[in-house]
Amino acid sequence: MQVVVCVKQIPDPSGTYTLDPETHFLVRPDEQVLDDTDRYGVEMGLQIAQAHGGSVTLVSMGPKGSMQGIRQALAMGADRAVVVDDADLKGSDALTTAQVLAAAIQRTGFDLVITGTESTDGYSGVVPQMLAELLDVPALTYATEVEARDGKVTINRQTSAGYDVVEASLPAVVSVTAGVVEPRYPTFKGIMDAKKKEVEELTASDLGVDTSLRQRVTAVEPAPEREAGVKIEDDGEAHLKVVELLQQKKVI
Amino acid sequence: MASVWVFIEEEDGAPATVGLELLTKARSLGDVTVVYSGPGSDQAFATLGEHGAARVLHADPGDALPSAPVAAAIAARCESEAPDLILFGQTYTDRDVAGRLAARLGRSVLSNASDVELRDEAVVTTHEISGGTQIATAEVAGEKPHIVLVRPKSFPVEPAGGGAPQVEKLDLPDVGRSAARIVEHHVEEREGPQLEDAAVIVSGGRGLGSAEAFGMVERLAKLLNAATGATRAIVDAGWVPYAMQVGQTGKTVKPDVYIACGISGAMQHLVGMKDSKTIIAINKDPDAPIFSIADLGIVGDVHNVLPKLIEALENR
Repeated sequence: MQVVVCVKQIPDPSGTYTLDPETHFLVRPDEQVLDDTDRYGVEMGLQIAQAHGGSVTLVSMGPKGSMQGIRQALAMGADRAVVVDDADLKGSDALTTAQVLAAAIQRTGFDLVITGTESTDGYSGVVPQMLAELLDVPALTYATEVEARDGKVTINRQTSAGYDVVEASLPAVVSVTAGVVEPRYPTFKGIMDAKKKEVEELTASDLGVDTSLRQRVTAVEPAPEREAGVKIEDDGEAHLKVVELLQQKKVI
Repeated sequence: MASVWVFIEEEDGAPATVGLELLTKARSLGDVTVVYSGPGSDQAFATLGEHGAARVLHADPGDALPSAPVAAAIAARCESEAPDLILFGQTYTDRDVAGRLAARLGRSVLSNASDVELRDEAVVTTHEISGGTQIATAEVAGEKPHIVLVRPKSFPVEPAGGGAPQVEKLDLPDVGRSAARIVEHHVEEREGPQLEDAAVIVSGGRGLGSAEAFGMVERLAKLLNAATGATRAIVDAGWVPYAMQVGQTGKTVKPDVYIACGISGAMQHLVGMKDSKTIIAINKDPDAPIFSIADLGIVGDVHNVLPKLIEALENR
Protein backbone atom coordinates (compact mmCIF):
# COMPACT_ATOMS: atom_id res chain seq x y z
CA MET A 1 0.00 0.00 0.00
CA GLN A 2 1.44 3.32 -1.10
CA VAL A 3 0.43 5.89 1.51
CA VAL A 4 0.94 9.64 1.04
CA VAL A 5 0.50 11.94 4.02
CA CYS A 6 0.13 15.67 3.41
CA VAL A 7 1.87 17.72 6.08
CA LYS A 8 2.48 21.42 6.62
CA GLN A 9 5.16 23.41 8.38
CA ILE A 10 3.66 26.34 10.27
CA PRO A 11 4.96 29.11 12.51
CA ASP A 12 4.96 27.93 16.14
CA PRO A 13 1.29 28.38 17.12
CA SER A 14 2.20 29.25 20.71
CA GLY A 15 3.77 32.48 19.46
CA THR A 16 2.05 35.41 17.75
CA TYR A 17 1.57 35.47 14.00
CA THR A 18 2.81 38.44 12.02
CA LEU A 19 1.34 39.56 8.74
CA ASP A 20 3.29 41.38 6.06
CA PRO A 21 1.99 44.97 6.23
CA GLU A 22 1.72 45.24 2.44
CA THR A 23 0.56 41.88 1.19
CA HIS A 24 -1.08 40.75 4.47
CA PHE A 25 0.52 37.34 3.89
CA LEU A 26 1.59 35.41 6.95
CA VAL A 27 5.28 35.96 7.69
CA ARG A 28 6.92 32.53 7.90
CA PRO A 29 10.09 32.27 9.96
CA ASP A 30 12.91 29.98 8.90
CA GLU A 31 12.19 27.73 11.86
CA GLN A 32 8.71 26.32 11.42
CA VAL A 33 7.17 23.36 13.20
CA LEU A 34 5.06 20.44 12.02
CA ASP A 35 1.38 21.39 12.31
CA ASP A 36 0.29 19.46 15.36
CA THR A 37 -2.83 18.18 13.61
CA ASP A 38 -0.61 16.50 11.00
CA ARG A 39 0.93 14.19 13.59
CA TYR A 40 -2.36 12.26 13.60
CA GLY A 41 -2.23 11.77 9.84
CA VAL A 42 1.39 10.66 9.93
CA GLU A 43 0.63 8.16 12.70
CA MET A 44 -2.41 6.85 10.82
CA GLY A 45 -0.34 6.45 7.66
CA LEU A 46 2.42 4.62 9.50
CA GLN A 47 -0.02 2.23 11.15
CA ILE A 48 -1.70 1.39 7.84
CA ALA A 49 1.60 0.94 6.01
CA GLN A 50 2.98 -1.20 8.81
CA ALA A 51 -0.12 -3.40 9.01
CA HIS A 52 -0.43 -4.07 5.30
CA GLY A 53 3.07 -3.51 4.00
CA GLY A 54 3.94 -0.39 2.08
CA SER A 55 5.58 2.97 2.36
CA VAL A 56 4.71 6.41 3.69
CA THR A 57 5.67 9.45 1.63
CA LEU A 58 5.20 12.95 3.04
CA VAL A 59 4.11 15.66 0.62
CA SER A 60 4.34 19.27 1.70
CA MET A 61 4.03 22.72 0.19
CA GLY A 62 5.57 25.89 1.60
CA PRO A 63 8.91 27.51 2.35
CA LYS A 64 11.16 24.66 3.44
CA GLY A 65 13.17 26.83 5.85
CA SER A 66 15.17 24.72 8.24
CA MET A 67 12.94 21.69 7.44
CA GLN A 68 12.48 21.17 11.15
CA GLY A 69 8.80 20.31 10.75
CA ILE A 70 9.41 17.85 7.90
CA ARG A 71 12.19 16.19 9.91
CA GLN A 72 9.76 15.84 12.83
CA ALA A 73 7.41 13.82 10.63
CA LEU A 74 10.27 11.79 9.13
CA ALA A 75 11.51 11.07 12.66
CA MET A 76 8.14 9.50 13.45
CA GLY A 77 8.92 6.93 10.75
CA ALA A 78 7.82 8.21 7.34
CA ASP A 79 10.06 6.90 4.55
CA ARG A 80 10.65 9.98 2.44
CA ALA A 81 9.39 13.48 1.74
CA VAL A 82 8.58 15.65 -1.25
CA VAL A 83 8.67 19.38 -0.52
CA VAL A 84 7.35 21.95 -2.97
CA ASP A 85 8.97 25.29 -2.20
CA ASP A 86 8.57 28.17 -4.61
CA ALA A 87 8.54 31.91 -3.87
CA ASP A 88 5.80 32.28 -6.48
CA LEU A 89 3.49 30.20 -4.29
CA LYS A 90 3.44 32.84 -1.55
CA GLY A 91 -0.13 33.83 -0.79
CA SER A 92 -1.62 30.89 -2.71
CA ASP A 93 -5.24 30.01 -2.06
CA ALA A 94 -6.57 26.56 -1.19
CA LEU A 95 -7.05 25.64 -4.85
CA THR A 96 -3.45 26.36 -5.87
CA THR A 97 -2.30 24.46 -2.79
CA ALA A 98 -4.46 21.50 -3.78
CA GLN A 99 -3.23 21.67 -7.38
CA VAL A 100 0.38 21.59 -6.22
CA LEU A 101 -0.22 18.74 -3.79
CA ALA A 102 -2.24 16.78 -6.37
CA ALA A 103 0.50 17.12 -8.99
CA ALA A 104 3.18 16.04 -6.52
CA ILE A 105 1.06 13.09 -5.39
CA GLN A 106 0.32 11.98 -8.97
CA ARG A 107 4.04 11.99 -9.59
CA THR A 108 4.71 9.85 -6.52
CA GLY A 109 1.82 7.47 -7.04
CA PHE A 110 -0.64 6.57 -4.28
CA ASP A 111 -3.27 4.20 -2.98
CA LEU A 112 -4.27 6.31 -0.01
CA VAL A 113 -3.74 10.01 0.72
CA ILE A 114 -4.11 11.13 4.33
CA THR A 115 -4.52 14.77 5.37
CA GLY A 116 -5.65 16.71 8.42
CA THR A 117 -9.05 18.38 8.24
CA GLU A 118 -7.59 21.91 8.11
CA SER A 119 -4.28 23.56 8.88
CA THR A 120 -3.76 25.47 12.10
CA ASP A 121 -2.41 28.59 10.37
CA GLY A 122 -4.75 28.84 7.37
CA TYR A 123 -8.00 27.09 8.27
CA SER A 124 -9.52 27.14 4.80
CA GLY A 125 -10.76 23.62 5.47
CA VAL A 126 -11.26 22.62 1.84
CA VAL A 127 -7.87 21.38 0.62
CA PRO A 128 -8.56 17.63 1.19
CA GLN A 129 -11.80 17.82 -0.80
CA MET A 130 -10.18 19.78 -3.63
CA LEU A 131 -7.32 17.33 -3.69
CA ALA A 132 -9.76 14.43 -4.03
CA GLU A 133 -11.59 16.13 -6.88
CA LEU A 134 -8.34 16.82 -8.73
CA LEU A 135 -7.22 13.21 -8.25
CA ASP A 136 -10.71 11.93 -9.14
CA VAL A 137 -11.03 9.86 -5.98
CA PRO A 138 -13.49 9.95 -3.06
CA ALA A 139 -12.86 12.29 -0.12
CA LEU A 140 -13.65 10.49 3.11
CA THR A 141 -13.57 13.42 5.49
CA TYR A 142 -13.38 14.14 9.24
CA ALA A 143 -12.42 10.55 10.07
CA THR A 144 -12.36 9.50 13.70
CA GLU A 145 -11.53 5.90 12.74
CA VAL A 146 -9.94 4.51 9.59
CA GLU A 147 -9.54 1.02 8.22
CA ALA A 148 -7.88 0.44 4.86
CA ARG A 149 -7.39 -3.00 3.33
CA ASP A 150 -8.21 -5.19 0.36
CA GLY A 151 -8.69 -2.23 -1.93
CA LYS A 152 -11.30 -0.68 0.32
CA VAL A 153 -11.32 2.08 2.93
CA THR A 154 -13.90 2.48 5.69
CA ILE A 155 -14.05 5.40 8.10
CA ASN A 156 -16.18 6.77 10.89
CA ARG A 157 -17.03 10.24 9.63
CA GLN A 158 -17.72 12.86 12.28
CA THR A 159 -21.14 14.51 11.85
CA SER A 160 -22.94 17.12 13.93
CA ALA A 161 -25.21 14.40 15.32
CA GLY A 162 -22.62 11.66 15.89
CA TYR A 163 -20.86 9.80 13.13
CA ASP A 164 -21.53 7.95 9.88
CA VAL A 165 -19.74 4.85 8.68
CA VAL A 166 -18.57 5.63 5.13
CA GLU A 167 -16.89 3.28 2.70
CA ALA A 168 -15.26 3.58 -0.69
CA SER A 169 -12.81 1.84 -2.96
CA LEU A 170 -9.15 2.77 -2.97
CA PRO A 171 -7.52 4.96 -4.15
CA ALA A 172 -8.97 7.62 -1.87
CA VAL A 173 -8.27 10.74 0.17
CA VAL A 174 -9.01 10.51 3.89
CA SER A 175 -8.94 13.56 6.17
CA VAL A 176 -8.45 12.68 9.83
CA THR A 177 -9.48 14.53 12.98
CA ALA A 178 -7.16 14.91 15.93
CA GLY A 179 -7.57 11.91 18.18
CA VAL A 180 -8.06 9.38 15.35
CA VAL A 181 -4.96 7.62 16.71
CA GLU A 182 -2.40 8.42 19.38
CA PRO A 183 0.67 9.86 17.61
CA ARG A 184 3.97 8.27 18.60
CA TYR A 185 6.90 10.31 19.85
CA PRO A 186 10.01 10.05 17.71
CA THR A 187 12.68 7.83 19.19
CA PHE A 188 16.33 8.87 19.29
CA LYS A 189 17.01 6.44 16.46
CA GLY A 190 14.10 7.90 14.52
CA ILE A 191 15.51 11.40 14.89
CA MET A 192 18.95 10.26 13.74
CA ASP A 193 17.52 8.29 10.80
CA ALA A 194 15.38 11.25 9.73
CA LYS A 195 18.51 13.25 8.93
CA LYS A 196 19.49 10.70 6.30
CA LYS A 197 16.10 10.22 4.67
CA GLU A 198 15.47 11.39 1.14
CA VAL A 199 13.80 14.78 0.75
CA GLU A 200 12.98 15.71 -2.82
CA GLU A 201 12.60 19.42 -3.52
CA LEU A 202 10.36 20.66 -6.31
CA THR A 203 9.06 23.98 -7.62
CA ALA A 204 5.62 24.89 -8.98
CA SER A 205 6.98 24.92 -12.51
CA ASP A 206 8.42 21.40 -12.07
CA LEU A 207 4.81 20.41 -11.49
CA GLY A 208 3.32 22.65 -14.16
CA VAL A 209 1.05 24.51 -11.76
CA ASP A 210 -0.08 28.06 -12.51
CA THR A 211 0.78 30.25 -9.52
CA SER A 212 -1.25 33.38 -10.32
CA LEU A 213 -3.11 34.63 -7.28
CA ARG A 214 -6.90 34.54 -7.32
CA GLN A 215 -7.72 36.15 -3.99
CA ARG A 216 -6.31 39.15 -2.29
CA VAL A 217 -6.55 40.49 1.23
CA THR A 218 -7.26 44.19 0.84
CA ALA A 219 -7.22 45.27 4.48
CA VAL A 220 -6.54 44.04 7.99
CA GLU A 221 -7.85 46.18 10.82
CA PRO A 222 -8.14 45.76 14.56
CA ALA A 223 -11.56 44.45 15.56
CA PRO A 224 -13.72 46.66 17.76
CA GLU A 225 -12.59 45.83 21.27
CA ARG A 226 -14.93 44.31 23.75
CA GLU A 227 -15.45 46.54 26.73
CA ALA A 228 -13.07 45.52 29.48
CA GLY A 229 -14.75 43.81 32.37
CA VAL A 230 -13.87 43.31 36.01
CA LYS A 231 -10.94 41.10 37.01
CA ILE A 232 -10.63 40.01 40.62
CA GLU A 233 -8.23 37.79 42.57
CA ASP A 234 -9.91 34.83 44.21
CA ASP A 235 -9.83 35.52 47.94
CA GLY A 236 -11.89 32.43 48.71
CA GLU A 237 -15.17 34.30 48.11
CA ALA A 238 -14.90 35.06 44.40
CA HIS A 239 -17.55 32.46 43.55
CA LEU A 240 -20.11 34.77 45.17
CA LYS A 241 -19.39 37.34 42.45
CA VAL A 242 -20.30 34.69 39.88
CA VAL A 243 -23.55 33.92 41.71
CA GLU A 244 -24.32 37.64 41.81
CA LEU A 245 -23.72 38.08 38.07
CA LEU A 246 -25.79 34.98 37.25
CA GLN A 247 -28.65 36.46 39.29
CA GLN A 248 -28.28 39.78 37.55
CA LYS A 249 -28.45 38.03 34.17
CA LYS A 250 -31.47 36.05 35.40
CA VAL A 251 -29.78 32.71 34.80
CA ILE A 252 -30.72 31.74 38.36
CA MET B 1 -30.08 41.53 -10.04
CA ALA B 2 -27.30 39.19 -9.12
CA SER B 3 -28.07 35.50 -9.05
CA VAL B 4 -27.15 34.03 -5.66
CA TRP B 5 -27.27 30.34 -4.85
CA VAL B 6 -27.28 28.98 -1.32
CA PHE B 7 -26.32 25.39 -0.58
CA ILE B 8 -28.39 23.94 2.25
CA GLU B 9 -28.07 20.50 3.73
CA GLU B 10 -31.01 18.72 5.34
CA GLU B 11 -30.55 17.97 9.02
CA ASP B 12 -33.13 15.95 10.97
CA GLY B 13 -35.68 16.41 8.19
CA ALA B 14 -35.37 20.21 8.08
CA PRO B 15 -33.05 22.74 6.44
CA ALA B 16 -29.88 23.20 8.54
CA THR B 17 -30.02 26.40 10.60
CA VAL B 18 -26.86 27.79 9.05
CA GLY B 19 -28.57 27.44 5.67
CA LEU B 20 -31.46 29.64 6.79
CA GLU B 21 -28.94 32.19 8.08
CA LEU B 22 -27.31 32.28 4.65
CA LEU B 23 -30.67 32.42 2.93
CA THR B 24 -31.64 35.45 5.04
CA LYS B 25 -28.42 37.18 3.98
CA ALA B 26 -28.67 36.09 0.35
CA ARG B 27 -32.02 37.91 -0.06
CA SER B 28 -30.18 41.22 0.29
CA LEU B 29 -27.65 40.23 -2.39
CA GLY B 30 -29.85 39.17 -5.28
CA ASP B 31 -32.33 36.59 -6.59
CA VAL B 32 -32.00 33.46 -4.54
CA THR B 33 -31.92 29.82 -5.57
CA VAL B 34 -31.41 27.14 -2.94
CA VAL B 35 -29.51 23.97 -3.76
CA TYR B 36 -31.01 21.58 -1.24
CA SER B 37 -29.28 18.31 -0.43
CA GLY B 38 -31.24 15.61 1.37
CA PRO B 39 -34.45 13.57 1.14
CA GLY B 40 -36.58 16.75 1.02
CA SER B 41 -40.27 17.23 1.92
CA ASP B 42 -43.06 19.73 1.26
CA GLN B 43 -42.53 21.06 4.74
CA ALA B 44 -38.78 21.55 4.25
CA PHE B 45 -39.39 23.31 0.91
CA ALA B 46 -42.06 25.51 2.52
CA THR B 47 -39.51 26.57 5.16
CA LEU B 48 -37.09 27.52 2.38
CA GLY B 49 -39.86 29.53 0.68
CA GLU B 50 -40.71 31.33 3.92
CA HIS B 51 -37.09 32.41 4.18
CA GLY B 52 -36.93 33.83 0.72
CA ALA B 53 -36.14 31.01 -1.72
CA ALA B 54 -38.07 31.48 -4.95
CA ARG B 55 -36.59 28.35 -6.45
CA VAL B 56 -35.13 25.14 -5.07
CA LEU B 57 -32.84 22.75 -6.91
CA HIS B 58 -33.32 19.51 -5.03
CA ALA B 59 -30.54 16.92 -4.92
CA ASP B 60 -31.18 13.67 -3.08
CA PRO B 61 -27.94 11.73 -2.73
CA GLY B 62 -29.62 8.82 -0.90
CA ASP B 63 -26.92 6.75 0.76
CA ALA B 64 -24.13 8.28 -1.33
CA LEU B 65 -21.70 10.60 0.40
CA PRO B 66 -23.01 13.87 -1.11
CA SER B 67 -19.77 15.70 -1.95
CA ALA B 68 -18.75 14.23 -5.32
CA PRO B 69 -22.16 13.76 -7.01
CA VAL B 70 -23.70 16.97 -5.66
CA ALA B 71 -20.64 19.05 -6.61
CA ALA B 72 -20.71 17.54 -10.10
CA ALA B 73 -24.41 18.32 -10.49
CA ILE B 74 -23.99 21.91 -9.30
CA ALA B 75 -21.01 22.39 -11.62
CA ALA B 76 -23.08 21.21 -14.58
CA ARG B 77 -25.86 23.66 -13.67
CA CYS B 78 -23.38 26.50 -13.29
CA GLU B 79 -22.53 26.11 -16.96
CA SER B 80 -26.10 26.60 -18.11
CA GLU B 81 -27.20 29.17 -15.51
CA ALA B 82 -24.04 31.13 -14.55
CA PRO B 83 -24.83 32.19 -10.97
CA ASP B 84 -22.76 35.07 -9.57
CA LEU B 85 -22.23 33.69 -6.08
CA ILE B 86 -22.70 30.39 -4.23
CA LEU B 87 -22.83 30.48 -0.43
CA PHE B 88 -22.03 27.55 1.84
CA GLY B 89 -21.79 27.21 5.62
CA GLN B 90 -18.43 26.42 7.23
CA THR B 91 -19.73 22.96 8.17
CA TYR B 92 -18.73 19.38 7.36
CA THR B 93 -20.78 18.57 4.29
CA ASP B 94 -20.82 22.13 3.01
CA ARG B 95 -17.02 22.20 3.06
CA ASP B 96 -16.95 18.90 1.18
CA VAL B 97 -19.28 20.04 -1.58
CA ALA B 98 -17.76 23.54 -1.86
CA GLY B 99 -14.21 22.17 -2.09
CA ARG B 100 -15.00 19.66 -4.80
CA LEU B 101 -17.13 22.17 -6.70
CA ALA B 102 -14.41 24.83 -6.63
CA ALA B 103 -11.76 22.38 -7.81
CA ARG B 104 -14.06 21.27 -10.61
CA LEU B 105 -14.76 24.82 -11.73
CA GLY B 106 -11.23 26.10 -11.08
CA ARG B 107 -12.47 28.78 -8.67
CA SER B 108 -11.10 30.16 -5.45
CA VAL B 109 -12.94 29.55 -2.18
CA LEU B 110 -13.16 32.22 0.48
CA SER B 111 -13.38 30.35 3.80
CA ASN B 112 -14.49 31.37 7.27
CA ALA B 113 -16.27 34.53 6.15
CA SER B 114 -18.33 36.44 8.69
CA ASP B 115 -19.84 38.75 6.08
CA VAL B 116 -20.14 38.84 2.30
CA GLU B 117 -20.95 41.53 -0.26
CA LEU B 118 -21.02 41.69 -4.04
CA ARG B 119 -19.28 44.75 -5.46
CA ASP B 120 -19.35 45.15 -9.22
CA GLU B 121 -17.82 41.96 -10.53
CA ALA B 122 -16.05 41.01 -7.29
CA VAL B 123 -17.05 39.32 -4.06
CA VAL B 124 -15.80 40.99 -0.90
CA THR B 125 -15.72 39.07 2.35
CA THR B 126 -14.96 39.82 5.97
CA HIS B 127 -12.96 37.41 8.14
CA GLU B 128 -12.24 37.46 11.83
CA ILE B 129 -8.61 36.46 12.25
CA SER B 130 -6.20 36.10 15.17
CA GLY B 131 -8.96 34.89 17.46
CA GLY B 132 -11.23 37.72 16.39
CA THR B 133 -8.84 40.52 17.36
CA GLN B 134 -8.42 41.54 13.74
CA ILE B 135 -10.78 41.87 10.82
CA ALA B 136 -9.47 41.02 7.37
CA THR B 137 -11.20 42.03 4.16
CA ALA B 138 -10.63 39.75 1.20
CA GLU B 139 -11.61 39.97 -2.41
CA VAL B 140 -11.91 37.66 -5.38
CA ALA B 141 -12.50 39.12 -8.81
CA GLY B 142 -12.43 37.17 -12.05
CA GLU B 143 -14.57 34.37 -13.25
CA LYS B 144 -17.86 33.51 -11.57
CA PRO B 145 -19.43 31.91 -9.67
CA HIS B 146 -17.67 33.14 -6.56
CA ILE B 147 -17.70 30.54 -3.81
CA VAL B 148 -17.82 31.57 -0.15
CA LEU B 149 -17.96 29.53 3.05
CA VAL B 150 -19.59 31.46 5.90
CA ARG B 151 -19.18 30.69 9.60
CA PRO B 152 -22.40 29.65 11.36
CA LYS B 153 -24.18 32.36 13.37
CA SER B 154 -22.84 35.15 11.20
CA PHE B 155 -26.36 36.25 10.28
CA PRO B 156 -29.71 36.07 12.07
CA VAL B 157 -32.52 33.91 10.65
CA GLU B 158 -35.43 36.09 9.53
CA PRO B 159 -38.46 34.78 7.63
CA ALA B 160 -39.46 36.78 4.55
CA GLY B 161 -43.00 35.45 4.34
CA GLY B 162 -42.63 33.92 0.88
CA GLY B 163 -44.84 31.13 -0.44
CA ALA B 164 -43.94 27.64 -1.58
CA PRO B 165 -40.93 27.75 -3.92
CA GLN B 166 -40.68 26.20 -7.33
CA VAL B 167 -38.89 22.88 -6.82
CA GLU B 168 -36.79 21.33 -9.53
CA LYS B 169 -35.03 17.99 -9.31
CA LEU B 170 -31.25 18.12 -9.66
CA ASP B 171 -30.11 14.88 -11.28
CA LEU B 172 -26.95 13.43 -9.78
CA PRO B 173 -24.43 12.00 -12.22
CA ASP B 174 -22.49 8.79 -11.73
CA VAL B 175 -19.14 9.92 -10.33
CA GLY B 176 -17.33 6.65 -11.04
CA ARG B 177 -14.34 6.07 -8.82
CA SER B 178 -15.01 9.23 -6.74
CA ALA B 179 -18.10 7.63 -5.21
CA ALA B 180 -18.40 6.82 -1.50
CA ARG B 181 -21.30 5.30 0.36
CA ILE B 182 -22.74 5.90 3.83
CA VAL B 183 -23.44 2.47 5.28
CA GLU B 184 -24.53 3.41 8.82
CA HIS B 185 -25.68 6.49 10.73
CA HIS B 186 -24.89 6.80 14.43
CA VAL B 187 -26.55 9.40 16.58
CA GLU B 188 -24.75 10.09 19.83
CA GLU B 189 -27.10 10.49 22.76
CA ARG B 190 -26.71 13.94 24.22
CA GLU B 191 -28.30 15.09 27.42
CA GLY B 192 -29.49 18.59 28.20
CA PRO B 193 -29.40 21.62 25.92
CA GLN B 194 -27.35 21.53 22.71
CA LEU B 195 -24.31 23.77 22.38
CA GLU B 196 -25.62 25.63 19.35
CA ASP B 197 -28.81 26.83 20.98
CA ALA B 198 -28.08 26.87 24.72
CA ALA B 199 -28.63 30.16 26.55
CA VAL B 200 -25.87 29.26 28.99
CA ILE B 201 -22.65 27.32 28.29
CA VAL B 202 -20.08 26.06 30.77
CA SER B 203 -16.79 25.13 29.10
CA GLY B 204 -13.62 23.50 30.34
CA GLY B 205 -10.00 23.71 29.26
CA ARG B 206 -6.60 22.31 30.07
CA GLY B 207 -6.52 24.23 33.39
CA LEU B 208 -8.85 21.56 34.78
CA GLY B 209 -5.79 19.33 34.92
CA SER B 210 -7.50 16.00 34.26
CA ALA B 211 -10.43 14.38 32.48
CA GLU B 212 -12.02 13.61 35.87
CA ALA B 213 -12.10 17.31 36.77
CA PHE B 214 -14.41 17.88 33.78
CA GLY B 215 -17.06 16.42 36.09
CA MET B 216 -17.15 19.81 37.85
CA VAL B 217 -17.98 21.50 34.56
CA GLU B 218 -20.78 19.00 33.99
CA ARG B 219 -22.20 19.49 37.49
CA LEU B 220 -22.17 23.26 37.14
CA ALA B 221 -23.78 23.00 33.70
CA LYS B 222 -26.55 20.80 35.08
CA LEU B 223 -27.32 23.29 37.85
CA LEU B 224 -27.62 26.12 35.34
CA ASN B 225 -29.44 24.06 32.68
CA ALA B 226 -26.45 24.83 30.49
CA ALA B 227 -24.70 22.98 27.68
CA THR B 228 -21.12 21.83 28.20
CA GLY B 229 -18.31 22.94 25.91
CA ALA B 230 -14.60 22.31 25.66
CA THR B 231 -11.39 23.60 24.13
CA ARG B 232 -9.55 21.85 21.35
CA ALA B 233 -6.73 21.02 23.76
CA ILE B 234 -8.87 18.77 25.94
CA VAL B 235 -10.74 17.28 22.98
CA ASP B 236 -7.38 16.34 21.41
CA ALA B 237 -6.30 14.95 24.77
CA GLY B 238 -9.34 12.67 24.61
CA TRP B 239 -11.00 13.97 27.80
CA VAL B 240 -14.27 14.80 26.05
CA PRO B 241 -15.81 14.07 22.62
CA TYR B 242 -15.24 16.32 19.63
CA ALA B 243 -18.93 17.28 19.55
CA MET B 244 -18.23 19.51 22.58
CA GLN B 245 -15.48 21.52 20.92
CA VAL B 246 -15.99 25.27 20.74
CA GLY B 247 -13.71 27.29 18.49
CA GLN B 248 -12.28 27.65 15.04
CA THR B 249 -12.33 23.93 14.33
CA GLY B 250 -15.37 23.29 16.50
CA LYS B 251 -18.67 25.07 17.03
CA THR B 252 -19.36 28.78 17.01
CA VAL B 253 -21.58 29.76 19.93
CA LYS B 254 -23.23 32.98 21.06
CA PRO B 255 -25.00 32.21 24.34
CA ASP B 256 -26.27 34.79 26.85
CA VAL B 257 -23.70 33.58 29.38
CA TYR B 258 -20.45 31.69 28.73
CA ILE B 259 -18.49 30.39 31.71
CA ALA B 260 -14.88 29.47 30.81
CA CYS B 261 -13.27 27.20 33.40
CA GLY B 262 -9.50 26.70 33.21
CA ILE B 263 -9.41 28.11 29.68
CA SER B 264 -6.48 30.38 28.84
CA GLY B 265 -8.08 31.71 25.67
CA ALA B 266 -6.12 30.42 22.69
CA MET B 267 -7.08 32.19 19.46
CA GLN B 268 -8.54 28.93 18.23
CA HIS B 269 -11.04 28.98 21.11
CA LEU B 270 -11.80 32.72 21.31
CA VAL B 271 -13.06 32.95 17.75
CA GLY B 272 -15.78 30.43 18.56
CA MET B 273 -17.16 32.13 21.68
CA LYS B 274 -16.09 35.77 21.86
CA ASP B 275 -19.52 37.02 20.77
CA SER B 276 -21.23 35.54 23.83
CA LYS B 277 -23.25 38.28 25.55
CA THR B 278 -21.65 37.82 28.98
CA ILE B 279 -18.36 36.00 29.56
CA ILE B 280 -17.21 34.74 32.93
CA ALA B 281 -13.68 33.33 33.13
CA ILE B 282 -11.95 31.45 35.93
CA ASN B 283 -8.22 30.90 35.41
CA LYS B 284 -5.07 30.76 37.53
CA ASP B 285 -2.93 32.81 35.17
CA PRO B 286 -3.66 36.54 35.57
CA ASP B 287 -2.23 37.18 32.09
CA ALA B 288 -4.44 34.61 30.32
CA PRO B 289 -5.89 36.16 27.12
CA ILE B 290 -9.39 35.04 28.10
CA PHE B 291 -9.45 37.87 30.66
CA SER B 292 -9.21 40.48 27.92
CA ILE B 293 -12.71 39.58 26.75
CA ALA B 294 -14.27 38.49 30.06
CA ASP B 295 -16.94 40.62 31.71
CA LEU B 296 -16.08 38.96 35.01
CA GLY B 297 -12.63 37.45 35.35
CA ILE B 298 -11.64 35.49 38.42
CA VAL B 299 -7.93 34.89 38.87
CA GLY B 300 -7.99 31.68 40.82
CA ASP B 301 -7.74 27.92 40.70
CA VAL B 302 -10.78 26.20 39.20
CA HIS B 303 -10.29 23.49 41.81
CA ASN B 304 -11.06 26.01 44.54
CA VAL B 305 -13.60 28.22 42.83
CA LEU B 306 -15.79 25.64 41.07
CA PRO B 307 -16.59 23.42 44.10
CA LYS B 308 -17.60 26.51 46.08
CA LEU B 309 -19.69 27.84 43.21
CA ILE B 310 -21.41 24.48 42.80
CA GLU B 311 -22.09 24.28 46.51
CA ALA B 312 -23.47 27.84 46.64
CA LEU B 313 -25.83 27.06 43.75
CA GLU B 314 -26.95 23.76 45.28
CA ASN B 315 -27.76 25.50 48.54
CA ARG B 316 -29.97 28.11 46.98
